[in-house]
Amino acid sequence: MSAEGQTTEATPDEEAPRESRSRQVLREIAESSSMVVLMAIVASMVIGGVLIIFADQAVRESAAYFFSRPGDTFSAIGDALGSAYSAMFNGAVLNTQAESFAAMIKPLTQTLTMATPLIFAGLGLGIGFRAGLFNIGAQGQVLIGATVGAYVGFAWSLPAGLHLLLAVIGCALGGALWGFIPGVLKARTGAHEVIVTIMLNYIGLYLVAWLLSLDAFQREGSDNPISPMVADTAQYPKILGAQFNLHLGFLLALACAWGAWWLMERSTLGFRLRAVGANPSAARTAGMSIASATIITMVIAGGLAGLAGSAPVLGTQKFLSASTAGSLGFDAITVALLGRSRPLGIVLAAILFGGLQASGPTLQVNANLPVDIVVVIQALIVLFIAAPPLVRAMFRLPAPAHEKEVAA
Amino acid sequence: MKLELRGITKRFGDFTANDRIDLLVEPGTVHALLGENGAGKSTLMNVLFGLYDADEGEVLLDDAPVVFTGPGDAMAAGIGMVHQHFMLVHPFTVAENVMLGHEDVRGPAKLLDLAAARRKVREISDRFNFNVDPDAVIEDLPVGAQQRVEIIKALSRDASILILDEPTAVLTPQETDELLGIVKDLRDAGTSVVLITHKLREVKAVADTITVIRRGKVVGTAEPSASQEELASLMVGRAVTMRVDKAPATPGETMLQVDGLTVVDDAQVVQLDGVSFDVKAGEILAIAGVQGNGQTELTEALLGVVGTDAGTATLDGELITGRSIKDVLFSGIGFVPEDRTEDGIVATMTIANNLMLDTHDKAPYAKGFALQPKAIADEARKHVEQFDVRATSIEQTAGSLSGGNQQKVVLARELSRPLKLLIASNPTRGLDVGSIEFVHKRIVAERDAGAAVIIVSAELDEVVALADRIAVMYHGRIVGIVPPDTDRDTLGLMMAGAHQEEAA
Repeated sequence: MSAEGQTTEATPDEEAPRESRSRQVLREIAESSSMVVLMAIVASMVIGGVLIIFADQAVRESAAYFFSRPGDTFSAIGDALGSAYSAMFNGAVLNTQAESFAAMIKPLTQTLTMATPLIFAGLGLGIGFRAGLFNIGAQGQVLIGATVGAYVGFAWSLPAGLHLLLAVIGCALGGALWGFIPGVLKARTGAHEVIVTIMLNYIGLYLVAWLLSLDAFQREGSDNPISPMVADTAQYPKILGAQFNLHLGFLLALACAWGAWWLMERSTLGFRLRAVGANPSAARTAGMSIASATIITMVIAGGLAGLAGSAPVLGTQKFLSASTAGSLGFDAITVALLGRSRPLGIVLAAILFGGLQASGPTLQVNANLPVDIVVVIQALIVLFIAAPPLVRAMFRLPAPAHEKEVAA
Repeated sequence: MKLELRGITKRFGDFTANDRIDLLVEPGTVHALLGENGAGKSTLMNVLFGLYDADEGEVLLDDAPVVFTGPGDAMAAGIGMVHQHFMLVHPFTVAENVMLGHEDVRGPAKLLDLAAARRKVREISDRFNFNVDPDAVIEDLPVGAQQRVEIIKALSRDASILILDEPTAVLTPQETDELLGIVKDLRDAGTSVVLITHKLREVKAVADTITVIRRGKVVGTAEPSASQEELASLMVGRAVTMRVDKAPATPGETMLQVDGLTVVDDAQVVQLDGVSFDVKAGEILAIAGVQGNGQTELTEALLGVVGTDAGTATLDGELITGRSIKDVLFSGIGFVPEDRTEDGIVATMTIANNLMLDTHDKAPYAKGFALQPKAIADEARKHVEQFDVRATSIEQTAGSLSGGNQQKVVLARELSRPLKLLIASNPTRGLDVGSIEFVHKRIVAERDAGAAVIIVSAELDEVVALADRIAVMYHGRIVGIVPPDTDRDTLGLMMAGAHQEEAA
């Protein structure tokens, strides 16, 4: 009844309540139970199924004479769902029609390849969320990281190994720089990271577009704004042989996931970041510096996002263009939320998203469905994750413990 | 109107907040509902007011069973409630607040009839000598007057039963006396009053009947003639001493020296106005005052949470103003913040983690950059035992503990460093009597171990019980520093701004 925040005195610090409310929402999303996450995925698949039914040509045709022969419609619906989900499985996990073992597991390796940049960027965002920062700037950080890494990759010539190492470090530094800017602005002036990072996404995008118009970046003999190919010495080696795209970046991403876990759970720095994220006032009163936590978090998040940029420029696409980052930075937000900001969760969520993306072409070819259905399913997952009470109400899950305490 | 509650039971999950509570409020009486924080008083009133559904039991008005589905029903039936945190719209006038929710309208266009609301306020205000101007804006009114507006709100809806939830928590001693006078007047005019409180003095002053609640059950009724000790033992369930046992102070060297400390906030309001005082090793300086008179700013300025605009503070000869919070903490200051849940603990982190918020990067908690989980758990178990924190595990989140146990976690952390000065703001706010005794003992022990101690408290009882000297603050200044045996009336007047000589 006596609701928090309805104190009779005026709040001396106007910034404080707003800040804590956005943190509260973040925490609610980040700490929703695994059951909620699982159910959100199930609900999205079910609604996705309904959309698949409506998008299917045969279903629509048979529905026209539903009342004379309803059986046709039902079997068309069955066919549509069956072919859609089997196409997804064939495209993302195992190709059941394949002749050779290599062709059979190719979809799985493709899924892991697609998951690689999502793991990197998701880890960075997850650390940010836990430290209480809503970093929307992964997109720009990925792109700037990719730019620096690609430049090292195509402009310098160095021995193999060292060249790759420097290119990877270049990616991380580029992203870290793009994270440092909003971090230092927030720490020094209080500029809100959401706004600054969104704006830096645009600045990053047009900066790269401009760079690609310069001789230093422009591929010789090409009219398109794309960079030269990255030298072989700077490319991630393929880890399963030349017929698969899966590259060393995937293993590096797994190593980073372990590193992120150690940082957050086992290091003094991670302890500070978690405390600042969960209750900045108490952290400050205990002598922690909010400003340095903010800057460090943004640098780490940016660095990891920059490494995500290494997956296309050093692994798959092997050159830089303005669209190198795709929608990576935004998909990574979903991945981080879906993985509840925990490294293991993020790895699993990234693989799920990698699978959804890898299944797109098969879905189009085998099931004759628009590839956008994958994007819709992704969007539905986000929607359900962002509204835990909705999912709980749909599946009658119990409310989390802390809400009960409030009631008591 | 006669109000009766029969066998009210309210459960939250496994927790029974109210267990078959019976309560009978006779017409035209003051009925005190006495109990510690968390005993279930507020839950019971929220059930009565229709905010919670009771799991069992019934509510009867004049012997007829009633069911309230919300506050609207309760108000329509003649029950008014003044909450501990006022439900007022600050930029609105008194009359606007009073009409809010059941506005009078006139004419076919249904325009607001502010004149009628003004009349109503003036009429009630005159009848009970409230001295409230219907056109005053709420945010300009002192807290005591705001509370009277809440009472007018209830009375304007023809409440014949008025529930006051911890009404004196925010009042000065003088305002408290005024309120108790109002309660008597209301009773004489035929309104029943249910007074929810844990303050024995008030209960004895006005109550006709006293019902004591402990852990969700009615444990007894008492006459107002019962002694404070008797009432307290009923409330707590065992004999309690109302006094803090402490030997006379043996002050040593000056530990903290504050000179002309001034804090101007972002809105250019002077919150702390040239405050000077000193605290010696081995003594407790208690800072008394009504909340919001600069005490918060004083403690936060000493720690470095807020910047100072003038003046200095030195600890054992070392300047502490203008340094980082971490520096100040490790120069030997323990800090128990005023708002425990906001500044004291990280609710979502474990007890073990909360115990090392300040020292997490030092041995034995860390080696280099790596935390040492085993040492962390060992230290946590040690502290939990030493400070009698009631928890199922050190991995439990701090937010799931009761207020008293959260405060023990904060104390355990702050007292684990060698201290020259302990600053504790409202260290026992919201705590049960058992925890209060514990906290007071630890604070006195810290003094006896040679630390200087500053206690800030809005509870005069606590100030008097702990202090070796009392500094009274008003409007950002110290109006006087007096010995602990100064009488309450003098302290009360000083808290309202009178200087010591005028007050005495």
